[in-house]
Amino acid sequence: MSTDTRSEPRLAASPEGPVRSHRRLPRFAPLGLYLAGIALGAGLSALTGFSVTSTVVYGVILGTAAVYLTSRTVEGSRKGTDRLVTCLVTTAFGIAMIPLVSLVYTVLDKGLARLDGDFFSNSMYRVVGEGGGAYHAILGTLIITLVATVISVPIGLFTAIYLVEYGTGRLKRAITFFVDVMTGIPSIVAGLFAFALFTLLFGNDFRAGIMGAVALSVLMIPVVVRSSEEVLKLVPNELREASYALGVPKWRTVVKVVLPTAIAGLGTGVTLSVARVVGETAPLLITVGLITGTNLNPFDGRMATLPVFAFYQLTQPGTATQAFLDRAWTAALVLIIFVMALNILARLISRFFAPKTGR
Amino acid sequence: MAKRIEVSDLNIYYGNFLAVEGVNVSIEPRSITALIGPSGCGKSTFLRSLNRMHEVLPGARVEGKVVMDGQDLYGGDVDPVDVRRQIGMVFQRPNPFPTMSIYDNVIAGNRLNNKRMRKSETDELVEKSLRGANLWNEVKDRLDRPGSGLSGGQQQRLCIARAIAVEPDVLLMDEPCSALDPISTLAIEDLMGELKERFTIVIVTHNMQQAARVSEQTGFFNLNGVGQPGRLIEFNPTEKIFSNPDQKATEDYISGRFG
Repeated sequence: MSTDTRSEPRLAASPEGPVRSHRRLPRFAPLGLYLAGIALGAGLSALTGFSVTSTVVYGVILGTAAVYLTSRTVEGSRKGTDRLVTCLVTTAFGIAMIPLVSLVYTVLDKGLARLDGDFFSNSMYRVVGEGGGAYHAILGTLIITLVATVISVPIGLFTAIYLVEYGTGRLKRAITFFVDVMTGIPSIVAGLFAFALFTLLFGNDFRAGIMGAVALSVLMIPVVVRSSEEVLKLVPNELREASYALGVPKWRTVVKVVLPTAIAGLGTGVTLSVARVVGETAPLLITVGLITGTNLNPFDGRMATLPVFAFYQLTQPGTATQAFLDRAWTAALVLIIFVMALNILARLISRFFAPKTGR
Repeated sequence: MAKRIEVSDLNIYYGNFLAVEGVNVSIEPRSITALIGPSGCGKSTFLRSLNRMHEVLPGARVEGKVVMDGQDLYGGDVDPVDVRRQIGMVFQRPNPFPTMSIYDNVIAGNRLNNKRMRKSETDELVEKSLRGANLWNEVKDRLDRPGSGLSGGQQQRLCIARAIAVEPDVLLMDEPCSALDPISTLAIEDLMGELKERFTIVIVTHNMQQAARVSEQTGFFNLNGVGQPGRLIEFNPTEKIFSNPDQKATEDYISGRFG
């Protein structure tokens, strides 16, 4: 090329073009350096009496230093900083994953022992040792959560519609403020509220699943309001105006244009709010309590629920301690499966109900 | 039926801010009236006040009279929802309903108002409206596909079809071509030429050539400075505005010597 005729020898060393080229580390070099650092850390740890914690701490520090210093020397300071930050971010991610992985592993390890047909088909009625199951608790959890959802979703959704479509001024601000306050209510307080409410209404000895459902609703409503509000705000104003301009009244615009457009997000929000309360223990412990038999009527008598079931299996084991512990772990595993299923359901809802682009 | 609109002493507010002041104008039936002027001078605000879309915004209000065939649209006994059924609107950005098919978008005005119609009637209405909007041939094989899958120009014509499907008397268009390429723009301008046989059309546009091409009457809006209300400076037949305007400001704006 003609422009190359006056190029100096130094520039000729990078013949690719006008963009400056740098020396790069080979592709797997940073990973190799990092692992070498970890190995060195293990060695260092062995000198002072080997332990996993010190290996990880020494290894992460040494590995990061090795990657940073090598890259800085070979590739220059900008690339070196880039590699340093990559190391830090990856380490942070790894630390965040440790409790999750450990928890899932432990629950699977200990819970799989009793994850059998009996667990899903038997209650604890007249079971004092081995055997038995959580049939009553699983159904109890499903019923109470369902009732809580039936209470919370209309209230939460209508509140969100009011806040986004109708509310103005002081009342809107007040509602938003109190919803925020409700989000922070400790779950035990919600349970005490439901307990006090039903004691005032029906007397001291009243116990029923509905008490737990009300307590869970107190926790669930703010979550539904918040998520629905955010989703409704995302509906473009142009769609509302398009509807108004066709001579459609406001309430019909909300029902037939705004809600269908937001249905995917609303479904996701509701599902995640169910997942939020399904594992609540404290409010159910003080309201619904626990029984060993099956009670499917949420308006009369105590009911068993999975979290409370797990709690009592763990804290008050009977004659065969190991059997009680196994049941507690399996109950925890089933709860985790519930929550995970709800999360997957939420994803499916948002995928299938989202407005189709048609492209 | 196309209708005449008489506007007298119209002041338009956003809260306490006077956005447009003292508009007096008479909009002729079966013709196209163009509104031109610099950004922020109140053209769109004025247009939206004609079918009471302005008051949808919180704090927005209007003083003065907008009379259509002897009836004051801002009278105490007039429901804004009924006004909007008579005066349709097409917006700057195409806004088909994303949850509805092309077919459902066209009859959205009827269906959202729960008007019971037989299948044969709706089929007929959809074809007539889409033909009216010059879109039938392009979409007749995929009426059940989502409206948002069309191109921008097609979406805008779908919105026009949706607006004319409710048989309004007046059609308001707020910069309907500003997001479109020249070919789609031409299609919509041709369409406006056909639609003016049946409707009264008011169009806001930033494109002066477009105003000159399509309209019979042109109104020029301007404002004296930031924070001042916009005013209707001149309202005259389009040929006069573009050849021999009465006001110096109009001439400056049209010839590009603005400000």
